Amino acid sequence: MDTAQSPELRNGIIAVVKRDCPTCELVAPVLEEIAASGELTTYTQDDPSFPANASWVRADTTLEFSWHHNIETVPTLIRVVDGVEVERIVGWQVAQWRTFVGDDSLGEGLPEYRPGCGSLSVDPNNVDRLEATFGGSGMSARRIEFGSAEDVHEAMFDRGWTDGLPVVPPTTERVAAMLSGTTRSADEIVAVVAPNLAEATVEKLAINAVMAGCAPEYLPVVIAALEAICTDEFNIHGVLATTMGVGPIFVVNGPIRRDIGMNSGINVLGHGNRANSTIGRAVQLCVRNIGGGAPGGIDRAAQGNPGKLGLCFAEDEEGSPWESMAVEKGFDPSTSTITAFCGEGPRLMLDQVSRTPESLTRSLAKMMLSTVTPRIVMGMDAMLVLSPEHAERYREAGWSKAQFREALNRDMLVQTDDIIAGADGIDEGIPATMAGLEFPKFNPDGGLNIVHAGGPAGLFSSIIGGWLSGPGGSIPVTKEITR
Amino acid sequence: MTTVLDPTDEATPIARDRVPRPESLTGLTVGLLDISKPRGNVFLDRVEKRLRDLDVTVKRFAKPTFAKPAPVDLRHEIATSCDAVIEALAD
Repeated sequence: MDTAQSPELRNGIIAVVKRDCPTCELVAPVLEEIAASGELTTYTQDDPSFPANASWVRADTTLEFSWHHNIETVPTLIRVVDGVEVERIVGWQVAQWRTFVGDDSLGEGLPEYRPGCGSLSVDPNNVDRLEATFGGSGMSARRIEFGSAEDVHEAMFDRGWTDGLPVVPPTTERVAAMLSGTTRSADEIVAVVAPNLAEATVEKLAINAVMAGCAPEYLPVVIAALEAICTDEFNIHGVLATTMGVGPIFVVNGPIRRDIGMNSGINVLGHGNRANSTIGRAVQLCVRNIGGGAPGGIDRAAQGNPGKLGLCFAEDEEGSPWESMAVEKGFDPSTSTITAFCGEGPRLMLDQVSRTPESLTRSLAKMMLSTVTPRIVMGMDAMLVLSPEHAERYREAGWSKAQFREALNRDMLVQTDDIIAGADGIDEGIPATMAGLEFPKFNPDGGLNIVHAGGPAGLFSSIIGGWLSGPGGSIPVTKEITR
Repeated sequence: MTTVLDPTDEATPIARDRVPRPESLTGLTVGLLDISKPRGNVFLDRVEKRLRDLDVTVKRFAKPTFAKPAPVDLRHEIATSCDAVIEALAD
């Protein structure tokens, strides 16, 4: 990591002040008294003529000194011996200052105590700029300057950096702030992104996360999402290249859902929540900008789907009658995870009448049998997003998630005679050599992912059809999210 | 003036010339790569017969799955044992 050079500490006493601070104004004569001894250096954050036009006063209007030496309060006094800080006091306490300076008559006539004021270097309006300027936060991406006559948004569209919607300009300040969302260093390589097999650093993810509109606390989720899709199992290269309109869909489980305010309720698969809307978008911008997987290039989808702008949502774990999808995949409920699933757009499934779990399961099964096409069995996975009102039928009846899945798979057994090529006058179908058999629609060994999410009212659930299942296609990948 | 950070991988593609097109296939070795999509083999069987009629040595290859890039070992084998390659796409 590049760390900017810290300004040298001059031996003696260093004071840091600003004019816009009543306590600093109060102690200005005291500083003059100390300066008379010849061992004082004063840094002034706002007005270089304060407390005096004198050789012992230095300007710190860039806040470089204050930032590097972690000044939080003014006035601050620092004792420096051999270039090293040995003692520090803040604010004004007459007895403390007298001991610090070694002068029993210092500050005669002044009040006993006054608290200090906030340092400009910790002003929220300045911290991101200072971090970007002095932080040495490892940012090494190429700087691109737009001319004053250029419209920044148009310039970013022109460079092909966006998904067709406006993006937030990734200034150094914003990227520095984004990087504060993770403890990882900016130059750490998160993943190798297909199709260009480009190494994606935390910094590059942060740049694209800024553009997507993420808040810094979302960055760890974006990082875990990239780790998930850039695996041989998930196979983002194939997911991009296929002419089928699928893309990565993300489900977040665990405490981070609440920490960053994700939506698992009303309109969960739609718009309206910043985290849901921007995390998936950030991942897609990374695929486009870092990996080079742009539509019309390596992304060959014949039609695509609106979820390819970015589809990410949280499971409603608190309201679910069952263990979460992440727990089913072997994670502890206290662990935050993200699961990447390759899927098409969500399709609504209506059943407003069933009041028994058996009836509702049969009803859902009928609708799910046509996922992608009724003519394919066992070839593609799916994700069922079960709504709270539908889930309530199973809670009332005391069904476990395993019971539900088993019943659903049983109700989705398909007679191959019904789906062989030519049956019902339809040429699409499985080979005639497979006639006379029975198969489940989805692989009973993990082919059907079940998530609980949605608003409290509405007897609608959703099915998201997958792409090719198994090692020859895309396997859902779950990664732990760490700060 | 606004300064932003580059969101791309900042890579500059290297331009490489293709291997010169052979004047004739006679006596050469041509690889036929099946990407493993249905009926790609039917197409390649016909191509193979036509090539053999031209006195071309034919080597057949197949990707393990059409859904992933060809493994690097397979690409290396084709590159080092063939003079030309024909890939059967599908859809």
